[in-house]
Amino acid sequence: MIPESLRHELQQRVAQAVTPREAAVDVLKELQAHYGWLSDEAVVEAAAILGLTPLQVEELATFYEMIYRRPVGRTVVHVCDSISCWAMGGETLLSQLEQRLGIMAGGTTADGALTLLPCSCLGNCGDGPALMVSEQLHGPVTLDSALKILGRF
Amino acid sequence: MEAVLFGHNRPDRAVTFDEYCAEGGFAALRRALAELSPAEVQQAVIDSGMRGRGGAGFPTGKKWSFVPRNLPGPRYLICNCDEMEPGTYKDRILLEKNPYLLVEGMALASYALGVQHAFVFIRRGYEQAARNLRRSVAEALSAGLLGDRILGSGFSLELDLHQSAGRYICGEETALMNALEGKRANPRAKPPFPAIKGLWGQPTVVNNVETLANIPAIISQGPAWWKGQGATPEAAGTKLFCVSGHVRQPHCMELPLGTSLGEIIDGPCRGMRPGSVFKACIPGGASTPYFTGEHWQVAMDFDPVAKAGSRLGTGGIVVFDQNTCMVAATLNLIRFFARESCGWCTPCREGLPFVRHTLEKIENGYGAADDIEILREHVHQLNYAFCALAPGAMGPLEGLLRLFEDELREHISARTCPFKTR
Ligand SMILES: Cc1cc2nc3c(=O)[nH]c(=O)nc-3n(C[C@H](O)[C@H](O)[C@H](O)COP(=O)(O)O)c2cc1C
Ligand code: SF4
Ligand code: FES
Repeated sequence: MIPESLRHELQQRVAQAVTPREAAVDVLKELQAHYGWLSDEAVVEAAAILGLTPLQVEELATFYEMIYRRPVGRTVVHVCDSISCWAMGGETLLSQLEQRLGIMAGGTTADGALTLLPCSCLGNCGDGPALMVSEQLHGPVTLDSALKILGRF
Repeated sequence: MEAVLFGHNRPDRAVTFDEYCAEGGFAALRRALAELSPAEVQQAVIDSGMRGRGGAGFPTGKKWSFVPRNLPGPRYLICNCDEMEPGTYKDRILLEKNPYLLVEGMALASYALGVQHAFVFIRRGYEQAARNLRRSVAEALSAGLLGDRILGSGFSLELDLHQSAGRYICGEETALMNALEGKRANPRAKPPFPAIKGLWGQPTVVNNVETLANIPAIISQGPAWWKGQGATPEAAGTKLFCVSGHVRQPHCMELPLGTSLGEIIDGPCRGMRPGSVFKACIPGGASTPYFTGEHWQVAMDFDPVAKAGSRLGTGGIVVFDQNTCMVAATLNLIRFFARESCGWCTPCREGLPFVRHTLEKIENGYGAADDIEILREHVHQLNYAFCALAPGAMGPLEGLLRLFEDELREHISARTCPFKTR
């Protein structure tokens, strides 16, 4: 359950919107920030706040790359796998990260600290290969500088 | 050329509100509200010859003129800052350097269109850009440049930010409106066009960040001056080119529209990186057919690029050197489009994974001779998809088949990728 203060905050956000569901993505993001991922419980809570059915919320939640419908680590490492980063060695970087972190793309480290996710272009193409960690863009990164950013060096 | 968009830029930070104002910022808005009617602002944009910078190059003034003058109820302006086309990062740089141009441009566009509520739809990952925008909106509000009765005129404008959660299709204008309304972002049928029936069923104009950021200069310096910043008599204005890949200095630059491809690479990008020789490039973002050395002299402007078989698109140039396998590059692009397909219509939902599979086969040495014909057929068939995503995805594939058929055949006959064994 989310705290009453957060529920109140989200209800206010919804009240300011042109229509309640205009605020849907904001509400999903806030709930995700609270739980770490968008749990089933969060989907039901979002539906109640937005005046939608859980199915309508699910339709949205499964659409977006940055809404996680499965548990993730405390930090999610997004590795761009689109064309400019690919040209600059992005594939190699991803497989090196898999090796050093001991997880496959999509997986989470045993200590629950990191999840490694390939993703679409981050809009940092001039500085490829690029990463996004905690909403922060990085690039160009090497294996060493990536591990440093992740505090694993 | 004089810088239109990057003229206020500081090397290492965003320009401040005071700096922007001291350098003539918001003078265009002041002038428009004091001296010009909405129709005159719109006429200036028509006269400038501005073509939209979001990818399709549609004339901006003409798009605005489709909005009916006397329909009751609100009308909306949406700035499209979804920018998820691989190889494209100009709108992010623009907002990180100078968010005020967009705020002023949106105020001018809203005035011209009779809009009282405008939105910026911004992708995930652009946190710095979003923070800059939030700050600049707040500053403009407290200076009386946004909000109720701007500068004492009868014109009021509310400007809101919508931060998305990451999906390429949200950049397609009708999908964007669904996303903004909080619905699953599948595209809508056209017609009715957004100018008639858009956001919440009301007349709506969707323009790109760079398009709107040019409006202040068109008003303050005049359309003729603005038009004259192009490299050729036909090219109107400047263009942000964002370069990536195997050049020495990939970055985002403002150049006269119509600057040649070769000048861009050899000039501001300082040529290819050491050891690299130019082989090909994507001229305008992931959905545009390749250019090769034979296109070195092509003027990077809408019509010349189209005449040469590609599209200016977003101005995102991705450069490849001699060691790049073009089959593998195309496979990377198709993987992106197949993943980002919204799944709404069959040609795209089923066709893109099939193309991906066929290219994977060829790249891994299991291709058959008739696969090339199958790919060619798909380039044709996917034009019948519901929106422009699938035809866009076919851009690089069409380029591969036209310019690099030899390379495809070599993969098939050698039963391996020749670049892996080299
Ligand atoms: C799949 C797809 C993605 C698009 N993404 C963007 C985008 O991120 N930004 C953008 O400005 N236009 C994008 N467009 C084009 C928009 O639909 C629209 O044409 C554009 O925003 C109009 O702006 P303009 O007239 O200023 O160019 C996209 C189109 C398609 C089909
Ligand atoms: S072409 Fe693709 S992205 Fe466009 S509506 Fe069809 S499935 Fe969706
Ligand atoms: S292609 Fe990797 S950030 Fe754009």
